[in-house]
Amino acid sequence: MNTLKLPVLVLRAPGTNRGRSAARAVQLAGGRPELVTTKALIHGDVRLDDYRMLVLPGGFSYGDDLGAGRAWAALLRAHVSTQLQAFVDSGRPVLGICNGFQALIHLGLVGDDLGERGATLTDNARGHFECRWVTLNAAPESRCVFTADLEPIECPVAHGEGRVVFSNPATHERFSAAGRIALRYAPSPSSDGYPGNPNGSTDHIAGLCNAAGNVLGLMPHPEDHVTATQHPRRHREAARGLGLALFEAGLRYAARL
Amino acid sequence: MVAQRKRLVVLASGSGTNLQALIDACADGRLAATIARVVVDREDAYARTRAADAGIPCDIVPVSQFADRSAFDTALAARVAVAEPHLVVLAGFMRILGAGFIDRFAGRVINLHPALPGQFPGAHAVRQAHAAAVAGAITHTGVMVHYAVVEVDAGPVICQQAVAIDSDAPASALRERLRPVEHALIVRAVRIALDRPTRIEIGPKPGVGDPRGDRTLRDIHALGLADVARVASRSVIVVSGLDEADAKRLAAELLVDPVTEVATLGGLPHADTIDVGFHPGVTDSTAETLLQTAHAIGFTGLSAVATGTCYEVVGASPDALQAVATQLLVNPVIERYAIGAHVAPALAVAAPLAEADVNITSVRLRGLDDVGLAAVTAERRLALDLAEMRVIRDHYAALDRDPTDCELEMLAQTWSEHCAHKTFRARIDYTERGADGRIDPAASGVVDGLLETYIQRATETINASWVQSAFVDNAGIVAFDEALSLAFKVETHNHPSALEPFGGANTGVGGVIRDIIGVSARPIACTDVLCFGPQDLPHSDVADGGLHPRRVRDGVVRGVEDYGNKMGVPTVNGAVVYDRGYVSNPLVYVGCLGVLPTGSHPTAAQPGDRVVLLGGRTGRDGIRGATFSSMGMDHATRTVAGGAVQIGHPLNEKQALEVVIEARDRGLYHAITDCGAGGLSSAVGEMASVLGADVQLESVPLKYAGLAPWEIWLSEAQERMVLAVADSAWDELVAIACAHGSDCTTIGRFRDDGVLDVRFGDASIARMDTTFLHGGRPQRELVAEWSHPAPPEPEPAPVSLVSALLDTLADPNVASKQDIVRRYDHEVQGGTVVKPFVGVHADGPSDASVLVPFEAAAGTRGCAISVAIAPHLGARDPYAMAWAVVDEAVRNLVAVGGDPDQVSLLDNFCWGDPKKPDRLGALVRCVRGCHDAAVAYGAPFISGKDSLNNEWTDRDGTQRPIPHTLLISALTIVPDVTRTVTSDLKAAGNVLYVIGSTTDDWIPMPTPDALIGYRALHEAITEGLVAACHDVSDGGLLTAIAEMCIGGDIGAVVDLAAAGDLPTHALAFAECNGRLVVEVSPSSAAAFEAATVARRIGHVGGTTLRVGSETVSVKALRAAFGVG
Repeated sequence: MNTLKLPVLVLRAPGTNRGRSAARAVQLAGGRPELVTTKALIHGDVRLDDYRMLVLPGGFSYGDDLGAGRAWAALLRAHVSTQLQAFVDSGRPVLGICNGFQALIHLGLVGDDLGERGATLTDNARGHFECRWVTLNAAPESRCVFTADLEPIECPVAHGEGRVVFSNPATHERFSAAGRIALRYAPSPSSDGYPGNPNGSTDHIAGLCNAAGNVLGLMPHPEDHVTATQHPRRHREAARGLGLALFEAGLRYAARL
Repeated sequence: MVAQRKRLVVLASGSGTNLQALIDACADGRLAATIARVVVDREDAYARTRAADAGIPCDIVPVSQFADRSAFDTALAARVAVAEPHLVVLAGFMRILGAGFIDRFAGRVINLHPALPGQFPGAHAVRQAHAAAVAGAITHTGVMVHYAVVEVDAGPVICQQAVAIDSDAPASALRERLRPVEHALIVRAVRIALDRPTRIEIGPKPGVGDPRGDRTLRDIHALGLADVARVASRSVIVVSGLDEADAKRLAAELLVDPVTEVATLGGLPHADTIDVGFHPGVTDSTAETLLQTAHAIGFTGLSAVATGTCYEVVGASPDALQAVATQLLVNPVIERYAIGAHVAPALAVAAPLAEADVNITSVRLRGLDDVGLAAVTAERRLALDLAEMRVIRDHYAALDRDPTDCELEMLAQTWSEHCAHKTFRARIDYTERGADGRIDPAASGVVDGLLETYIQRATETINASWVQSAFVDNAGIVAFDEALSLAFKVETHNHPSALEPFGGANTGVGGVIRDIIGVSARPIACTDVLCFGPQDLPHSDVADGGLHPRRVRDGVVRGVEDYGNKMGVPTVNGAVVYDRGYVSNPLVYVGCLGVLPTGSHPTAAQPGDRVVLLGGRTGRDGIRGATFSSMGMDHATRTVAGGAVQIGHPLNEKQALEVVIEARDRGLYHAITDCGAGGLSSAVGEMASVLGADVQLESVPLKYAGLAPWEIWLSEAQERMVLAVADSAWDELVAIACAHGSDCTTIGRFRDDGVLDVRFGDASIARMDTTFLHGGRPQRELVAEWSHPAPPEPEPAPVSLVSALLDTLADPNVASKQDIVRRYDHEVQGGTVVKPFVGVHADGPSDASVLVPFEAAAGTRGCAISVAIAPHLGARDPYAMAWAVVDEAVRNLVAVGGDPDQVSLLDNFCWGDPKKPDRLGALVRCVRGCHDAAVAYGAPFISGKDSLNNEWTDRDGTQRPIPHTLLISALTIVPDVTRTVTSDLKAAGNVLYVIGSTTDDWIPMPTPDALIGYRALHEAITEGLVAACHDVSDGGLLTAIAEMCIGGDIGAVVDLAAAGDLPTHALAFAECNGRLVVEVSPSSAAAFEAATVARRIGHVGGTTLRVGSETVSVKALRAAFGVG
């Protein structure tokens, strides 16, 4: 399937810092990325409908001063919620990475259940920012379009508010039953799974999707592992686990729509 | 959103004169409120009639109808709630209200009581006050209005007024005199309470966990306050201009996560709360972001925001609360606090400064003698010496006037040690003595400028082809490849970090990143080297007025983390040193590497260009930072120099960076510099040093009004750049700035006659000849002396190599720094291809980081950066220290695959008071070592900085200078990043070699020929012969091998005797220059041995490290190192 021509909107905001890396990943995966500012989207300079996939990259949008991703989500909700909802409803893939995931949560796109917030992201269990490489496995129950047939990915996390929590155990079960748990960290053999699970997420969850499976939010950075030279153990073992696979899966799905 | 009249419910029992006062005030507009309902508790209350006359519905809730007080409270509350009051006013209501009522309207019930706070609670206050006056116990009583709490006639006071008691008159006369006071006060109190900003407290939902509270509790226990049982923390956001419903909506839409958090509005403080907020004028970036975002999503009524934190400390005595506040939670330089109360939120907006108010004062210098001049410099903290003051006096005498205050401050900033490096440019009379006290005539003599004689001369001598700009700009610039250049700069932010660790380190990072932006480069990596006091220092050893090293480290690390991460610049390399010498004066070295298209950095402003200020707004922060950092510190510094501390707002800098890069690529400016120490005064002063400029200070965008012109000119508010922009480029620049939400303002024009004319409106603030400003400073003359110390008796050899090794690995100076370094994002930008941690579990130490700039991501060329620091050698011989750190910095680069023949160096000296001959003598020796080592390694200096006066004076006059500390940072090219190596051991059966000779001298000897070996090693790495490589530094050879085992999680067998002819313990632990340990596969061993001069010292394998007859498990090594 030819994904070369697919236009992908990589949405920037003041303070996002992995937009260019995400755009590079889209490009290497065969898409045609366009970096667009949130301001331009709100002003109507561009329309979501003209794109086949949407990426919300990582960083510290609006400084994260009000909590990670909250100001970004509030602005998008106030100004472009209709076209955003239409984009999601059309089934086109949406990928929120790290701060982008946090924004998707506050937009109600991946964490809501039965009409209210059922899952969210909060402070890491260790109480501070942490940067380290992790291994991600597609959850077997996942119905996410990005993770079907996905081999394990290795890539870094770099966040302070990435712990997935649910409002109660029943919600967690509903997310699982609905295939909305998309990615899990490969936990270490320690009692809490640390550092394989770097933030203490419930059920080692690294990524959640919506009920339709086309909106994925994840904390780790697959865009930071798009070439073999980026892998931390490349001096001692064969390359593996390129994060590029996630972008390729999203583009393949978008091309089929 | 239209402002609605606020609804009041008034409760009364008697004649209702206070009710009448409120009715009248609502009617005549003094109160923008409506009395929605009156409730009385007695049928015969005249208040009923007053309500009826005013057309206000009135309820009677007689207490006698209820079984008990709580039933009464509940019924009354229900009746009041019907009216949905913004405020409930108890105006002569003679019933005691319980929690059932008070809690329902928490923070919205106010009560008038005819006594002063704390006096005569209850129904008979006036009679009791009168009796007390008759008895001679008091002379005054009064009236107060306060927020009601369950305790009778107590609670936070809104307003009060005292009234004198005439004890000769009857009590009834006093009652009559109090009435008009009550009527005025109740109206005033209602107005204050209704206008009161809404306080929103956001805390974790029960069961969710409170990391901030838990961390605070741990710190409280560490202070020795074991009685504290629990700490609950809440974020505080105070909003003004919104009614309660909108405030609630704002909280729900923007501030609260429904799964994890809960918000409470208008809560009252408990006795055990410590409430912390900023001083007015301190940058509050959360408040700024909230204000902007709230406006953008429709909360247009929001007029001001202040933020803070509230801690409930359960189980603390009043003394303990005080201790927790002052020793742990509050930094008085930027914050204020209240115990059992709320701090006043910093919402106040000062009145704008009218031009007529501009007050220009001259400072009288004409006719002053030395004593008078010294008094001026001391009083104004100018940090200028007598020779400099005399020159200034004479310069202005020739102009037949005195300098304005602004001119004098500007000279002080420009001529400060921080900006002018006058010690490094001084004429120094240097004497060197041997350990026997005899003068060495060959080494002694006059040094005419350390910078020129040694540092710059080394660069000139080496004359490296890759150096494009050295010493002249904000950063050194070298070639990366044919199209790109690299810019590198390292700064220090020591004094600010001592005062306010978070803000100091935070703005240190922001400042050095701005240096890189200031040479038109995009920042691609940060470094940080931190020197702290021991973390286990007893609290009694902390200097008076200083902070404990734990608190310093905590704040500094958070500061580095916050700025670097938010800028999206990976922090990839650094070091942490612990030493008692840094207890009162920590060191914070921050570095930044950038990339720019070769030749894309313009440096010549043109006459007529606009002087453009880009980025953050200007406030009263960081005033006099340059002079402050040019003096020592003592117990009073925190109070006196508090204004020198800046707080960063990385988002503003990130946006300014985006604007600069786009503007650079479109060629929109002729020159650029950052606004750092000395603020606009330094930035514009330097940029206009040839042309001169006209500046209009009233054009400068301010954070808040009320700054005096000299404050605007000297403010070190962060995140600002100054550009020279032609008229033809202006519109395009504005469009770019607007797209990124950055402020961009023309504040003046460049001239062509070398005059700097600074005005506020029509008023002249400063008019200076730039030749005098930049060239008028007299050369400093200093005396320096160095006496070689006698070596101490050698320490006895350790009995067990293994136990000595484990001790070394556990030493905080050697042990893993993961707890700090992993808090920095070292992956952002995706170019970090050799990372700070290496090995199987990514926890072995890396010698240097290798980066591929995003602009060059398609290729395999990269660059490596490293640092080296060895303050323990400073007291032995600073010359040898310089050699050691230059060698180690170069060696670190070589160890990962960097080219030893394209190295560039940065020197950063942190020293004590240069006016003290012993400190300066050590500096002279160190700078000489820098020269000699740089020339020997063919590695030019491209940039450097000195931070002097790092001394702390105790109250008793004891001076505590820091250890002489030289940081060398190094940069080189990695021709092919696929041919790099890491330090972790790779495979059993591989062979271990050591390159370089092991010597055991107290002062490590220079290794002028080491470069030859490094070249050979680099060749071997490039040919793929090397599996692992690690430099030998702290802890010597055995420690280096142990670290390689830790990274590879694999053992080794080592034959120390093969490393040289020294005693075993010396071979194991001696620290000397020029050595690396190399792992080579058996198949490459012959080629490696042919290519290099190396000694075979063992092989890799097993799960233990075996050295001679001793064995230790790798597991034990990892545990000691702190990664087990």
